Amino acid sequence: MNATAVHEEAHHHGPPKGYKRWLFSTNHKDIGTMYLIFALVMMFLGGAMAMLIRAELYMPGLQFLEPDFYNNMVTNHALIMVFGMVMPAAAGLANWMIPLMIGAPDMALPRLNNLSFWLLPMGATMLILSMFAPVLFPGTGGLVNTGWTLYPPLSIQAGMGMEFLIFTIHILGISSILASINIVVTILNMRAPGMKLFEMPMFVWAWLFTGLLLIIIMPVFAGGVTMLLFDRHFGTSFFDAAGGGDPVLFQHLFWFFGHPEVYVLLLPSIGVLAMIIPTFSRKPLFGYNSLIGGMGVLFTLGLVAWAHHQYTVGMAYGPTSWFMVITILISIPVGLMLLNFMMTMWRGAMTFETPMLFAVSIVLMFSFAGVTGIMLAVVPADLQYHDTMFVVAHFHYALIPGAVFGLFAAAFYWLPKWTGNMYDEKLGKIFFWWNVISFNVTFFPQHFYGLAGMPRRVVDYNPAFADLNMLSSIAAFSYGISHLLFLYIIIKTIRGGEPATEEVWEGSRIGTHGLEWTVPSPPPYHTFETAPSLKPLKY
Amino acid sequence: MKKLIATKLFKTPLWLTSIAASTLGFAQLAFAQEEPKYNLPTPVSPLTKDIYALHVMTSWVALILMVIVTIIVVYSLVKFRKSKGYEPDQNFHKSWFGRWAWALVPLLVLGIDMAIAGRAASTLKALYNHPDADITIKVTGSQWKWTYEYMDDDIRFNSNLNKDLTPEDKQYLRDVDNPLVLPVDTNVRFLHTATDVLHNWWVPAVAYKVDSVPGFINETRTRIEEIGTYRGQCAENCGTGHAFMPIVVKAVSKEDYAVWKTEQQAKSAAAAAEASADKEWSMDELMARGKAVYEKSCVACHQMTGEGIPGVFPALKGSPVAVGDMATHIGTVVNGVSGTAMAAWKNQLNDLELAAVITYERNAWDNDKGDLAQPADIKAVR
Repeated sequence: MNATAVHEEAHHHGPPKGYKRWLFSTNHKDIGTMYLIFALVMMFLGGAMAMLIRAELYMPGLQFLEPDFYNNMVTNHALIMVFGMVMPAAAGLANWMIPLMIGAPDMALPRLNNLSFWLLPMGATMLILSMFAPVLFPGTGGLVNTGWTLYPPLSIQAGMGMEFLIFTIHILGISSILASINIVVTILNMRAPGMKLFEMPMFVWAWLFTGLLLIIIMPVFAGGVTMLLFDRHFGTSFFDAAGGGDPVLFQHLFWFFGHPEVYVLLLPSIGVLAMIIPTFSRKPLFGYNSLIGGMGVLFTLGLVAWAHHQYTVGMAYGPTSWFMVITILISIPVGLMLLNFMMTMWRGAMTFETPMLFAVSIVLMFSFAGVTGIMLAVVPADLQYHDTMFVVAHFHYALIPGAVFGLFAAAFYWLPKWTGNMYDEKLGKIFFWWNVISFNVTFFPQHFYGLAGMPRRVVDYNPAFADLNMLSSIAAFSYGISHLLFLYIIIKTIRGGEPATEEVWEGSRIGTHGLEWTVPSPPPYHTFETAPSLKPLKY
Repeated sequence: MKKLIATKLFKTPLWLTSIAASTLGFAQLAFAQEEPKYNLPTPVSPLTKDIYALHVMTSWVALILMVIVTIIVVYSLVKFRKSKGYEPDQNFHKSWFGRWAWALVPLLVLGIDMAIAGRAASTLKALYNHPDADITIKVTGSQWKWTYEYMDDDIRFNSNLNKDLTPEDKQYLRDVDNPLVLPVDTNVRFLHTATDVLHNWWVPAVAYKVDSVPGFINETRTRIEEIGTYRGQCAENCGTGHAFMPIVVKAVSKEDYAVWKTEQQAKSAAAAAEASADKEWSMDELMARGKAVYEKSCVACHQMTGEGIPGVFPALKGSPVAVGDMATHIGTVVNGVSGTAMAAWKNQLNDLELAAVITYERNAWDNDKGDLAQPADIKAVR
């Protein structure tokens, strides 16, 4: 690929000036950037809510928040982090990197791409409005206090904010279905001539599975919340036993979406990890095919394991055993993935730049989430763990290292590619240690006061849980503040820094055989206007 | 039942059993008086003991797996560093291990999985086994209290949070006005349901949790083996008062239970007789009783001042219902308002209590309506 030629072409097709560049953008890099900025903003919003939650739980007694406001924060923290932060950030990475990796000039459906991004701010506005519904529409009931699972009948009782949340889910759902279709089509149709499916970089594979999962699950969730809307306003009784319905039906619809959703959050980060670890171990990925197979098995099992979130609803023996066994079996693909990562490091020549530090910490902490996951999968034991802080600790270990740290690692790994500037390695390392240590001190103790009997979603608790809650809260504040450093590092990198080379990292070409390292850093506005030729790419 | 547990423990690998047993023993030794602060409460029934043993086993499996992972990662981090001049082995993934890891590792994990699932399945079967019970208790969750109904003994009462405790008290949010009283060494069946939203009756030492689903009945069982007081709380988010509906189970000897039962039956018979007597109650009597009922059952939403919580729970002070038509007021309290948190109180309070609380609401906080409801008025609309 001739980099200068690309540069000259770029001058002819420069971006429009001003707001039009962003509002009407069909450029995958600009849309990717907007996704990432949106995710960053949402991370601070959702994070601020988490700080309020931890402030209230700092000690027993009601200090800052009314019970309903507390559970509204619990609800919105989760919805914002899942739909506003992790999913858009992963979609932003996909937008930026997938066309570069597979040598495509842009996404397959650029205008759809514009729509799927611009639906997000609308959805976010609806979500924020839901918190103000009791003020905007006095007399229509209180704040939504159900938790992100929106279980009826409590969600039938909730005020107008619930309608806003239902429409938020519709809008964000449309956005992610469109984005997923776009990504899947891009991967299947837009690869550089000669790039076979089983030669694609792992991040592309991960997103192929993610996109397909989202297309399967989002409509079910949208249907579920629409039935909720009908129960609330049109006299249907889907979820009301008094009218022949069943509240548990909603839980099945929700978790048919909700469980695969965990893998939607997780898989893009697994893909990132599968590129970062070989890069900094200077050794090819161990088990390229088996990792793809593992993701495929995870995809399949993930779709039929949903009711392990509802062991306590009183299912019959048969389905309960099925969901228990399937859930325990999920340890096989996850174990295989973790082994592949460990064996990639094994006999490599490792260096520890910030992305690699995050990658190693993910392998350790995600394993921990995995083993507490096995504990939770066991039905009789789960009948004690269910809905306690033990579960809260487990899924924060799964989602923060599993998804969020993967996004941090990706940001550090690709920031030089995006901006053309190296980030400040020293600050990056400070951020890593600060972030990871305070994360662990926040969530590790929660396993124990969960076991001792503190339920989730309670605004106040018995003094027996006081010491560890205080520890959790103090560490959580530190964890929250650490993200300001992350923001500072990003801004600093955008503004300048040591210039990055095309390959950025010494081991880049070992980490992936994609084409992203053949374009300059930062890449010109348009890349691969003519199809690139492939050097033999064999793992 | 004891034999069942013994067989099950016997099936688990011996080393795991011994570790589990020694951990259990240590836990009981270390927390002989206090409830454990960092682990599940000490179990007191065969099923919860079995679950506890399972928990100890899976915890050990988790710990051992974590140790293995950590050792591999830390060893790699120390040994395979570029700064130590280690040359990467570019062909490692082509070694025999690289070629067969995709099959070997899943097989190994499958083995561990089968061991766990097999051990779990025997406990699971025991949970779904439904032998005859000596006592059946219907436990009904409502926003935000529990109602206990001794199905064969005509005893029925509500159990509310003890509101007098402050965060400094040891049993803050873990104490109630009327605990559930059960005899030891007796097979007890709990039937769980709810009147409004999902609840979950969870006393970890006594019984595992299942949801209380409005319109459906779920079942759990226990056989408490030690006299004592066991505490827990609602474990399924049920709205504003979720943190404020604790559970206390008092396990007493069979003799004490018989005495308690007779007392309760006498008490409820007296209350029922009083409520259904054709007596005309005076304003003062109804106001005094109504205040007591209100403070127990209504303040969580409508507040002591009768002003509710603006936007969430309506005020009663000056409300169109409380100072309006008597029949509407009675209908609202007796049958509830569907789609809202206002419960139907007809199954939770008797005629006298309902009449008293309605009278109280119409005359307290400057409502001063001046009229009063009699138990007969309630009976008429039931």
